[in-house]
Amino acid sequence: MKPVPAKVSVFRKILRGTGFFPFIVKRVLTSILLIFGMTFIAFSITQLVPGDPVAANLGQSAYSDPEIVAAFEKEFGLDQPVPVQYLRYIQKLSQGNLGISLSSKRPVNEDLKEYFPATLEIALIAVVIAMILGLVLGTLSAVTRDRLPDQIIRVVSLTGVSMPTFWTALVFFYVFFFLLGWSPGTGRLDPGAEPPPQVTGMFTIDALINGDFATFRQAFSYLLLPAIVLAIYALGVLTRFTRASVLEILGNDYVRTARAKGLPEFTVIRRHVLRPALLAIITVAGVSFASLMAGSVLVENVFSWPGLGQYAYRAAVGLDLPGIMGVSMVVATVYITMNLIVDILYRVIDPQLRKAEQ
Amino acid sequence: MASRFGNSNSIWRQPLAVVGIVIISFWVFAAIFAPLISPYDPLAQDSDKFLTPGALHWMGTDELNRDIFSRVIYGARISLPYSILLVVLSALLGSIIGGISGYFGGRIDAIIMRLTDMFFAFPAIVLAMAVAAALGPEIRNAVIAITIVSWPVYARLVRGLILNAKQNDYVTASSLLGSSSLRTLVVDLRPNLAGPVFVLASLEVGNALLLLSGLSFLGLGAQPPAAEWGSMVSMGAVNFDRWWVGLFPGLAILSAVLAFNFIGDALRDALDPRTAKALRD
Amino acid sequence: MTLLSVRNLTVTLMTGSGPADAVRNLSFDIERGQILGIAGESGSGKTMTALSVMGLLPYKGKASGSINFDGQELVGFKPRDFRRIRGKDVAMIFQDPMTSLHPMLTIETQLTEHLRHHRKVSKSEARARALELLDTVKIPDPKTALKAHPSQFSGGMRQRIAIAMALACQPKLLIADEPTTALDVTVQAGILKLLDELRKSQNLSVIVITHDLGVLSALTDRIMIMYAGAEVESGLTSQVLTRPRHPYTRGLIDALPDSGADGKRLIAIDGMPPELGKFPSGCAFHPRCSFAQSECKTGVPNKVDIDGSRRIFCSVDPFDTSDSSAGVSR
Repeated sequence: MKPVPAKVSVFRKILRGTGFFPFIVKRVLTSILLIFGMTFIAFSITQLVPGDPVAANLGQSAYSDPEIVAAFEKEFGLDQPVPVQYLRYIQKLSQGNLGISLSSKRPVNEDLKEYFPATLEIALIAVVIAMILGLVLGTLSAVTRDRLPDQIIRVVSLTGVSMPTFWTALVFFYVFFFLLGWSPGTGRLDPGAEPPPQVTGMFTIDALINGDFATFRQAFSYLLLPAIVLAIYALGVLTRFTRASVLEILGNDYVRTARAKGLPEFTVIRRHVLRPALLAIITVAGVSFASLMAGSVLVENVFSWPGLGQYAYRAAVGLDLPGIMGVSMVVATVYITMNLIVDILYRVIDPQLRKAEQ
Repeated sequence: MASRFGNSNSIWRQPLAVVGIVIISFWVFAAIFAPLISPYDPLAQDSDKFLTPGALHWMGTDELNRDIFSRVIYGARISLPYSILLVVLSALLGSIIGGISGYFGGRIDAIIMRLTDMFFAFPAIVLAMAVAAALGPEIRNAVIAITIVSWPVYARLVRGLILNAKQNDYVTASSLLGSSSLRTLVVDLRPNLAGPVFVLASLEVGNALLLLSGLSFLGLGAQPPAAEWGSMVSMGAVNFDRWWVGLFPGLAILSAVLAFNFIGDALRDALDPRTAKALRD
Repeated sequence: MTLLSVRNLTVTLMTGSGPADAVRNLSFDIERGQILGIAGESGSGKTMTALSVMGLLPYKGKASGSINFDGQELVGFKPRDFRRIRGKDVAMIFQDPMTSLHPMLTIETQLTEHLRHHRKVSKSEARARALELLDTVKIPDPKTALKAHPSQFSGGMRQRIAIAMALACQPKLLIADEPTTALDVTVQAGILKLLDELRKSQNLSVIVITHDLGVLSALTDRIMIMYAGAEVESGLTSQVLTRPRHPYTRGLIDALPDSGADGKRLIAIDGMPPELGKFPSGCAFHPRCSFAQSECKTGVPNKVDIDGSRRIFCSVDPFDTSDSSAGVSR
């Protein structure tokens, strides 16, 4: 047997271990590999399908001028063979540099810093709304199984997942802005209003940090409507999921034990059923958070919300690979991080799993 | 297949599934007999515009004075066949990939499963937008784009089912009888896969329709002047003060998606519990 | 003094193919401080009998007849009424202690939550009672145990904790559904001994439900044998187990590993117990009974009543050793 350098053996020990820390290290490493793998897929797919990014980003007259085309290709490295382009991209990516956007001509990192918080803000509010309501409705549905409330909630939640978000956005906008005037309209702030100094990029939080309650109220009133529309789909998903998990837990012996103690049904549900169900519900909420961010494309379009979705749309239309990749990276990172957080939560909350881990 | 679905009549005992079947039948009927049902040519325009819904135009007219009711009826000719086509394509692609993965196992399986993991992490609509934009805005390209992002669910399902079936005796028995791997995969396993894949596909038709009309809404699918529900809603977004322009095509999408979901849900409930669980995981 | 008096209890459950009677026309009594054993194969309706006393029948299940518990008629009780007596006057422990305790709640919470609800005691009083209970059921180091989760205990210990939970509010009746089935043989004896001690020290009435006649012989005063939802034989434990009169009881006893002292098995029970909703007509046992006559297929089994303390439901009564017509009531 060859002697193994100490450093490597420690590393191997971590990777082979079954404890909490090795688990996290393993998960983070596979996540990073996953992200790099995704760049390869995105690159391959966009190279396989025909499409000329030069034509998409240059005007009609500029495109007919070979010199301008050549300059554009050189500027963005499009004159290189595809494998070289990919290697260069990977090289920059490993330093955290997402490249220059073809459509905005700015570094993708800069663009994302501006657009990502706007989407994060509505997605966060949406997931909170969806989770609270989904928990309440799903539980109500499960405990009134097959009776009227359950049937109503089931149809409503199925309707929620069946509504085209872009259309829901339009209907809500028409009703709450045009008819009732409750919503201030499109955008993030009143026209001409000064955004709060950037800390997180989320206007509500930045305004609070700055102690500016007027701006907070204004920013909140703008984001509420898109957030609610975004929440509707997730609400349907979470309600259905909560119902299923509560029904599953209701069948457990320990719920029968709780009932055999003569506890009020509310206590049985809250303490004995929802506590274990909560884990599964948080999982789904976490994972649907990422799809919520991706789904915001259609909502942002209607509300002129300057977020990731709008940026992704412009990047897609401009065949702007760095831009598309940037958005995908961000959403995938959220997806993977959420999965990771949920896995960690599981081990922290559930003593049985924690014990199995030891 | 009847036995896989338990009682073969059970679908008809679920009121929501019946509602779903009635709605879909309505849209199929509308698609086939559109020229007979529609009071106007869906593309006919004149100098007037934005007539409110009334006796002459039940759902009003749009910015080119085209009759929205006629366009919604004709819209069934685009949305239904293309979303079903899309689901068939991704179910086929996913089943083949999942079949290869589950059957051969080992390294091939590991690679394919990591690949599906990556596709799951990808924001489907962003990738679909990019592919659709690269191929050029056209409904056929939107179908291809969405197929590329939606096969992994089928692959995962089929792989799981094959891994289960591999432990069953009859696969071992048939390989003992000397049939080739491919024959085992295609002939012996297909009946066991068809049911679950069909149910998953029926659950996915609604999603497919939503994505497809979403791309059209963004201008990356069906192009004007085609009467496609998603792009009709986008005209409603431009003229949001004329509520009828966007409302009716959106309701058409909602009704069709809801109907497909009603049916898909009922089919899943009618499946035996073990397969149904595989579908949920 | 009679604590529980069940008369003509019928439990109807909803099955995939319509309503079916899981318990049929069952009658029995329990005195204070007495242990009654109910035995039978799975599907014989013993658990449903217990659940109807608890008001915990499955979804769409319905009890009819009469269940008189401590002067109250439980048939027709509303869920709210059941919640008032459940856990307080009548308590239950279940078969599998690995699943019947909540995995995520501390032992303290599980021991005290119903105590605090029913008796309105303070947190510290409840804790003191919990320590006392853990001591009663012989859990070592009760103080540490209170803070622990069920996963930190073995199956036998968990069943002791479940018993402590059931005893928290000093119930009058304890129903134990297969309390030892999921446990190792060595642990079983300890649990049975504990139940016996509790009955004496707390004047507790106990119903033990099991398919294991060995468990019953050690513990119970009276036993009732059930088949397909109905009683086939009941009486003092010593009488029924030493001189079984119903062919089914006889078969059960012969199937015990240490039976057959006279060298050979008298009766082997062939076949499987019938499924719910598919109970045979007449005497439900007739398809598996080697003594069955043509009348067993259609007629209701004859009830043989001896001194008001022993009953046999059999029209043939092949093991009748007494005077031929003594005590026959119908």
